[in-house]
Amino acid sequence: MSTETSLLAAELETALPTTLFRFATAGSVDDGKSTLVGRLLHDSKAILADTLDAVARTSADRGFGGAAGGIDLALLTDGLRAEREQGITIDVAYRYFATDQRSFILADCPGHVQYTKNTVTGASTADAVVVLIDARKGVLEQTRRHLSVLQLLRVAHVIVAVNKIDLVDFSESVFRDIEADVQKVGRELGLGSDGITDLLVVPVSALDGDNVVERSARTPWYTGPALLEVLETLPAADELESHLESFRFPVQLVVRPQGALAPDAVAAGLDVEAYRDYRAYAGQITEGSVKVGDQVSVLTPGQAPRTTTVAGIDFAGAELTEAAAPQSVAIRLADEFDVARGDTIAAAGTVREASADLYAALCWLSPKPLREGAKVLVKHGTRTVQALVRNVSGKLDLASFQLEAASTLELNDIGHAQLRLAAPLPLENYLHHRRTGAFLVIDPLDGNTLAAGLVKDHPGDHEDERYSI
Amino acid sequence: MSTPITADAYAADAAPLQSTRLSSLDTLESEAIHIIREVVAEFEKPALLFSGGKDSVVMLHLATKAFWPGKVPFPVLHVDTGHNFPEVLDFRDRTVERLGLKLVVGSVQEFIDSGELAERADGTRNPLQTVPLLDAIQRNKFDAVFGGGRRDEDKARAKERILSLRDEFGQWDPRNQRPELWNLYNGRHTVGQHVRAFPISNWTELDIWRYIERENIELPGLYYAHEREVFARDGMWRAVGEVSQPLPTENVITKTVRYRTVGDMSCTGAVESDAYTVADVVVEVAASTLTERGATRADDRISEAAMEDRKKDGYF
Repeated sequence: MSTETSLLAAELETALPTTLFRFATAGSVDDGKSTLVGRLLHDSKAILADTLDAVARTSADRGFGGAAGGIDLALLTDGLRAEREQGITIDVAYRYFATDQRSFILADCPGHVQYTKNTVTGASTADAVVVLIDARKGVLEQTRRHLSVLQLLRVAHVIVAVNKIDLVDFSESVFRDIEADVQKVGRELGLGSDGITDLLVVPVSALDGDNVVERSARTPWYTGPALLEVLETLPAADELESHLESFRFPVQLVVRPQGALAPDAVAAGLDVEAYRDYRAYAGQITEGSVKVGDQVSVLTPGQAPRTTTVAGIDFAGAELTEAAAPQSVAIRLADEFDVARGDTIAAAGTVREASADLYAALCWLSPKPLREGAKVLVKHGTRTVQALVRNVSGKLDLASFQLEAASTLELNDIGHAQLRLAAPLPLENYLHHRRTGAFLVIDPLDGNTLAAGLVKDHPGDHEDERYSI
Repeated sequence: MSTPITADAYAADAAPLQSTRLSSLDTLESEAIHIIREVVAEFEKPALLFSGGKDSVVMLHLATKAFWPGKVPFPVLHVDTGHNFPEVLDFRDRTVERLGLKLVVGSVQEFIDSGELAERADGTRNPLQTVPLLDAIQRNKFDAVFGGGRRDEDKARAKERILSLRDEFGQWDPRNQRPELWNLYNGRHTVGQHVRAFPISNWTELDIWRYIERENIELPGLYYAHEREVFARDGMWRAVGEVSQPLPTENVITKTVRYRTVGDMSCTGAVESDAYTVADVVVEVAASTLTERGATRADDRISEAAMEDRKKDGYF
């Protein structure tokens, strides 16, 4: 190894382990989102030489005249052939880059085609979302729509990047006006003031790199962090969720080898006799944490909750004393209950009664409209049940944030509906439970995903009226 | 966080990071195991594509962890181009034996022999794998096929879903993919369709190597630096072998090389390297200035959309 790579080895040694942070980008047409993503990838050195060469060649072919060494950074995020031919982005693309603090997964969501579908998809797993605004245009109706969707999906951190600040001569007053508008919209939506989400506004120039990775000397009036600094330091959702007190564990499958033990484990000295009657419930902790000896309830649809204690937490041969979201583990229980896929193991006494009546906000993602009386499938956690759409009670006007009368939902609509389930499910309000409050609506005919569902409280339950849009 | 905070006030407000957080590798591992278990629970007959390459070896390792102490509950499927590195085939067989798995092989050579496939003019057999792959899926009635594809490999893969629906012809329709929300995977399909599952979609090449190092996972030896007779072609070092013979104008020399990807001998190139151990490789990959496919795969250089075109036809 050369001296140079040995130095790098030393750096790797001290830098590990990094943590994972997922974020998405959303924006309107021509607000420079692709350039911003390209800039983040380029300046964090995630772009390797051969990719950069290819982009430089294409930039030259197309006569790109911008800065950044003549490279059109937007080309770094060019995807499919159809997209290049039409000069548009069709679908959410995932990008990866890392700093010495964190590894990032970036869901790059196109703004103009089916923005609701793409924003909902990207935001559903995101710890943070960066919304772009063109400094020359300020807050547009599209911005309000994006912020509405993010508020609805309870994205913990929303960062508004006021882009093209170079094109308004790095004017503080332009930035402050936009910042005030953003905070005003935020207050109207409850975004940044609901105790769950926060809202930050950062002036950037994606083209020149100001306040993207490094703080810019050209915006001396801005004393906050550069965009990447923000992304490096915000707490991730699972960091917040793993500290909740409500342990939730949807059972994926039962691990019960009954003598069919893994030969490699046996060869490594596994006690075959001790594992003959092994039985554990495999799954991923969706929320909270659990310790050996904790009291838990097993929730099975149609049955009263059964309470027992956690006898063991196993992970691939290691016996853990505790585990937290989002760990995948196998849990052993003290009592020999009949537990199956679709059941949920939860901290005892923290779950309300399962219900077959589902009130929800639906983000409609299919060209096939929703009609009252439709039969659909609902996938919640590890269980899929049949459901009947009883009624659609309204459609959200994303710009005004008001519910309008509607009896159907079409592609990219967000509305409220009531469904009757064939079996009761342990539903929880999405506002406080981003996993157990989420479900899919699936077409039983072709299996396609029709909608993203967010569980709401039953009408009459007083909770969270402020946000029950 | 009860009042709106501005970016200017942010620095003072930022909460200190919790030291209890999972590392990025633990988070990726947990996500992959969750996906593997979902597919096993929801499908009748899954199989795992296993070539002996590093990504498929990591996939198999994750599967053993997902079902411990039980056996991995599905067979492995290998599409043999007939031009595989002998040491990789040997590694494949030893691994299958060690884990007590069933191995299903789809053979490109058999399809060429029967006239159902024709050898390409450039001698590359990688694109020929699609037909035997789809044939093996159909004949064995596999309804879900695990692959080790990663989104950081290629711009077409960057838009691939974790569960990706394929039609009766094995085709991928990138413009008509199901939205993938939260950690709720929709694997519903109709008769004749199947699903490709990519549990390590979110891993990068460096993640793979750091994981191999951490978990002490065995790989075929050609991933590490060794001496080999090679000749230069298309800007890559190609091994001298039965199916990759130098032209009279191409000089054969002995070099210390390793492979970053292990595919068909006819299109996979080696890179000069002195990375003899997994720790050396981690450092080398972290410092690399070339993408793994750009550096070592002739088949991805054919056009800007080479991978996209192959995937649409049913490729891995």
